[in-house]
Amino acid sequence: MTRRERRAERLVLACFGVTLLTGLGLLGVYAMGGDTQLQGILLAVCLGGLGAGIVVWAQELMSNEEREEERHPMGTGPEGSAAVAEALTDEAGFSRRRMLQGGLLAAVGGRAAALAIPVLSLGPAPGRSLFETPWKKGSRLVGFDNQPVHADAIPQDGVLTVFPEGYPGSADGQTLLIHAGTDRLQLQGDAATWAPGGFVAYSKVCTHAGCPVGLYRAAQGQLICPCHQSTFDVMRGAVPVFGPAARPLPQLPIQLETDGTFTALGDFGEPVGPSFWDMELDR
Amino acid sequence: MRLRRHREPPRVDALGRPLNAPARELREAEARGDVATARAALDEEPTELERIAGWLDERTGLASLVRTTLRKVFPDHWSFLLGELALFCFLILLATGTFLTFFFVPSAGDTTYQGPYAPLQGATVSQAYDSVLHLSFEVKAGLLMRQVHHWTAVVFVAVIIAHLARVFFTGAFRRPRELNWLLGFGLLVFGIAEGFTGYSLPDDLLSGTGARIAYSAVISVPFLGPYLASLAFGGEFPTAAFLPRFFVLHVLLLPALFAGTIAAHVGLVFLQKHTQLKVGRAREDNVVGRHFWPGQAFVSGGLFFLTAAVLALLGGLVQINPVWAYGPFQPAVVSSPAQPDWYVGWLDGALRIFPPFEPVILGITIPSVFIPGVVVPGILFTIVGVWPFIERRVTGDRAPHHLLDWPWEAPFRAATGSAILALFAVLTLAGGNDVLAAFLQLPVEGLTWIFRILVIALPVVVWLVVYALCRSRQGRPAPGEQPRGGVALVRNRAGGWEEADR
Repeated sequence: MTRRERRAERLVLACFGVTLLTGLGLLGVYAMGGDTQLQGILLAVCLGGLGAGIVVWAQELMSNEEREEERHPMGTGPEGSAAVAEALTDEAGFSRRRMLQGGLLAAVGGRAAALAIPVLSLGPAPGRSLFETPWKKGSRLVGFDNQPVHADAIPQDGVLTVFPEGYPGSADGQTLLIHAGTDRLQLQGDAATWAPGGFVAYSKVCTHAGCPVGLYRAAQGQLICPCHQSTFDVMRGAVPVFGPAARPLPQLPIQLETDGTFTALGDFGEPVGPSFWDMELDR
Repeated sequence: MRLRRHREPPRVDALGRPLNAPARELREAEARGDVATARAALDEEPTELERIAGWLDERTGLASLVRTTLRKVFPDHWSFLLGELALFCFLILLATGTFLTFFFVPSAGDTTYQGPYAPLQGATVSQAYDSVLHLSFEVKAGLLMRQVHHWTAVVFVAVIIAHLARVFFTGAFRRPRELNWLLGFGLLVFGIAEGFTGYSLPDDLLSGTGARIAYSAVISVPFLGPYLASLAFGGEFPTAAFLPRFFVLHVLLLPALFAGTIAAHVGLVFLQKHTQLKVGRAREDNVVGRHFWPGQAFVSGGLFFLTAAVLALLGGLVQINPVWAYGPFQPAVVSSPAQPDWYVGWLDGALRIFPPFEPVILGITIPSVFIPGVVVPGILFTIVGVWPFIERRVTGDRAPHHLLDWPWEAPFRAATGSAILALFAVLTLAGGNDVLAAFLQLPVEGLTWIFRILVIALPVVVWLVVYALCRSRQGRPAPGEQPRGGVALVRNRAGGWEEADR
């Protein structure tokens, strides 16, 4: 044994020793209640010792001789494939029984269709679900706690996430009630009448990919989606002014009641959230 | 280890002559391959190892196959270990993932959090989220296992891509290995799908938002979208069905597909033998390297433990996916900034920088998510998946290849591969445009415009530059090759200089 080999052998033994000790250490740490960082370090040293020992053993103490092996072409040639084709078809007599072949294919196809149909049980047909939200005429605007929202609770430039009463947290009913102020709003037609006292309500579901439009830059009057930065102009009907969204956030028609709470005049006039192919067809 | 041992002392007959058969008889028996007679002639008895091997061989007949396998030659170059690293990550994912399944509850049902994490005490959370918090804070070594699992997943996809790049740029996918390229490509897709489904399971705010975006991408497919989305998620998002479904995909269907495809992938490498770099004695009709046993097997085994060690260190010391900080998923709540795991970042980046384009054609809406979220990734991945066939069409090269190209030897391939990598890099960075904007103190709008330009310009520039570099590199000697031509001066015995041929 050469000196180099003796040194390598000692090194390998030392590595394995480290593994043994840290392994025991791991048990100790575990027994004493565990600690993520300490266990991580011990586990790493434990595994690392084993790995390093094995690699040093392979590199220093085993033959590193370069070996050579012949490589033969993969295929067995035309005879081989002909023999396979013959074995597959000869006894079965496929070429003579075209009718039966067709019949078998038809039967298998029918069976496959019958087996595939239960896939439809995985989910209901979408129906009108993408066109509708829980908002109805007369729905009161409530917060996450299902308590009615009061106009005087929202200061100028304030924003509140609201839901139809009875549906707090609703995914497609989530709406932003914004105190934009009458002087800044530039809404046209019906939309202008749906903003009583400078309060305007838009769907909170981004018309791009459906994230909640959670950021409001009050100074610019812009709503921004944190997912993909679609930006909507609150003062002009939430039309998109930057980013990938192409549709405005639908506006919820609301009215201010005498007690300071809000009610909806009906559902959104168009589908909320991301677009889908027949949203214009079936409107 | 010695496989044979002689009995001591040798047996003798009554006249003291050794019972050993004459040497000639032994030679003849060995020439016939008659091990039993040869052994009797040598008066040896089988060792314990031989006895076990014999017992198994009699029942399987695999002895010669095992011997061939042990003597298989593996090329000795570090870049050939990338695929092994991916395999090791898969094994570590299986081990840590199995531990996690013992604690994870795949249910969207509501419960009230009552664990030790004070900020969430009393909050209504899903049972899935509750079980992840329990695993992280109350199960001993639970957080370590979870973090090692997540880190391994993150590294896994990176190593798969590095392996894919090695195979791509050296042309290892050429005939007869097109099939194995397709299998490997499938593994990349499964890897991303495994990552995304697994990352969605804790039902935290960040991953819930990601699932919401995935639902929007499915819904955007013309004609089929709303139906596909409803079938996949069990109704309109969010549904109670989606967590258990993602769970089944993540721990059952995808791992089964993975295991089967890995077996086929590695099996094909075994049958076809490795490709090799053009160095030393390597030729088209041989394989040069180390024997599988013991050299290669020991190096691989050691590498496995070293990989596990690095991942254990990451999992122990570097926090990843702290779902308690994100909070439970609520459809009407969102966090900012919001970034997915890195291998999905390019998809998110494509969604971020695509212009607001949503045409209505004959009453049919093409949603703004459809092109960047479905069409572009579909085209990019198809190009990568069928690359061997594209290149064959372009170059007309249908010959089998076992010797690898140096990357610069195929400028079209190298340029196209680099351009695709550049495209993915730009998209991935664009997926963090809000974070970058904050870091660089730039308006996010301006940065998004920079990305919109870069995503077109950078791949084109990279293509041209890499193509030109490859062309200029051609003709120069390859690594390890002596420069051809020219004159070398050699010192002669008289102390003068002489010209020598190279």
